[in-house]
Amino acid sequence: MSEAPAAPPAASAERPHPDGIDLLLRPPEPRAGWRLLPARVVAMCAVELQKLRHDRTELYTRAVQPALWLLIFGQTFTRLKAIPTDGIPYIDYLAPGIIAQSAMFIAIFYGIQIIWERDAGVLNKLLVTPTPRSALITGKAFAAGVKSLIQAVVVIVIAALLGVALTWNPLKLLGVGAVVVLGSAFFACLSMTIAGIVLNRDRLMGFGQAITMPLFFGSNALYPLSVMPGWLQAVSKANPLSYQVDALRGLLLGTPAHLALDFAVLLVAAALGITAASSVLGRLAR
Amino acid sequence: MTATTRDTGDAVACTGLAYAFGETNAVDGLDLTVREGEVFGLLGPNGAGKTTAIRCITTLLPVPAGMVRVFGQDAAGDRMAVRRLLGYVPQQLSADASLTGRENVSLFARVFDVPRRERAARVGQALGAVGLTDAADRLAGTYSGGMVRRLELAQALVSAPRLLILDEPTIGLDPIARTGVWEHIGAVRAATGMTVLVTTHYMDEADQYCDRVGLMHHGRIRALGTPAELRQGLSERRGAEATDPLPTLEDVFRDIAGSGLETSSGDFRDVRSTRRTARRVG
Repeated sequence: MSEAPAAPPAASAERPHPDGIDLLLRPPEPRAGWRLLPARVVAMCAVELQKLRHDRTELYTRAVQPALWLLIFGQTFTRLKAIPTDGIPYIDYLAPGIIAQSAMFIAIFYGIQIIWERDAGVLNKLLVTPTPRSALITGKAFAAGVKSLIQAVVVIVIAALLGVALTWNPLKLLGVGAVVVLGSAFFACLSMTIAGIVLNRDRLMGFGQAITMPLFFGSNALYPLSVMPGWLQAVSKANPLSYQVDALRGLLLGTPAHLALDFAVLLVAAALGITAASSVLGRLAR
Repeated sequence: MTATTRDTGDAVACTGLAYAFGETNAVDGLDLTVREGEVFGLLGPNGAGKTTAIRCITTLLPVPAGMVRVFGQDAAGDRMAVRRLLGYVPQQLSADASLTGRENVSLFARVFDVPRRERAARVGQALGAVGLTDAADRLAGTYSGGMVRRLELAQALVSAPRLLILDEPTIGLDPIARTGVWEHIGAVRAATGMTVLVTTHYMDEADQYCDRVGLMHHGRIRALGTPAELRQGLSERRGAEATDPLPTLEDVFRDIAGSGLETSSGDFRDVRSTRRTARRVG
């Protein structure tokens, strides 16, 4: 505020504060408007990385399911040759879908996390800081993205070990990172929006279970649009996961993709998600 | 001591604040003034409306009726400006158990825009001020209840707030941890000169540690003054001899709550809003 920086108090020398407390007498300068949002996003992502550093269990346990999908489902369906994949091995076709799926499963968890934070008082404390609600949600959305990114690296390594021919072009991998972050941001916001509506962990778990599988099976993660019945194609075309998978396939395998459309859809979806989740966040503070 | 700014008024000024959860008027025309630099205790039983009032002051809840000002800033208007003045410790033990003490405080340094070059030093000072320097790099999940409360105090202090708001800071703590928490609040206040607004339903703690208290019942302040004034006042109303021991704050509260204040409906309303709190708290 308008306070002048206070001089370090002379008394602090004999007080029982080994490090002094002079800094605690001076409020920090507010950041300028446009720098606030990136600063909050960095803060939320830093917390996520710190948590992962202390406890990597989740990283390992979450690697199991995608590994099984690739190993069992992928290898079996590669032999069956039941799904038209334009000549590429099915396991290659599947790998980008599994990256998108595991990122989505991580992001969907954020709604439960925000309810947990509400119950624990953490959310209220954050809402009493100079952090606009949209900045808090954007921060969480990108934190989900960072976590998904680490998960994506794990799945890419597993896929490479199983002999999937992926690109190692750094520019394309950068694009893969952007797609994973945007997709996760959308699904994290979807789940936080539902959290803001149902307000209760048990109900949210039910919703989470109810939507994740339809989102996964109602997308092109496992099979191309062309083999779906008409109604499912319509569902799939409205499902951001399909655009995420399409972009990942195009970037990682070099299959024909609609990258511009995919990025546009994912950007708009993430922006809408952030808007929706921010607008219901107040309900969780009540 | 921080320099006094252009707003020379009070730390908190509520006039006619009202907030209802459905049919329940949790806060019902609250008038409250917290002077700069004092430790003010908002007292009352569960369901008196203390937490709701705090949530309105901290901008967590809107202000549907009445006016709330924090150092002259309208809590329903420029919320960001109000939040920059506040340090808030909620009722629940709310440190993140999967982060270290230092990381917990560091998060709050980041969200209050502490520049990177002074972040580590500031976080170190906040941890030092509450006596957690040695435990700073342990996960908060390994802390005792009293240590978590002190960690939360450090989280609130790192941004040098002018007003520290604590909602039931000693709830659920053992007597020694309680004393510890209060002593740290007192030491920090003495060193920084910040204003402290604290809610509690432990009358003995308020008597010992607060400069002034407001007794809240059914959403309003029913008595206001220093603990000594309130006890002396009751003693005089009862016409006690000078040699009699002074009544406690609890006696004062019983006297106020019992004097025809909707005693018949009171319990039920208390239970309802306590349940509501319990549901919110989870």
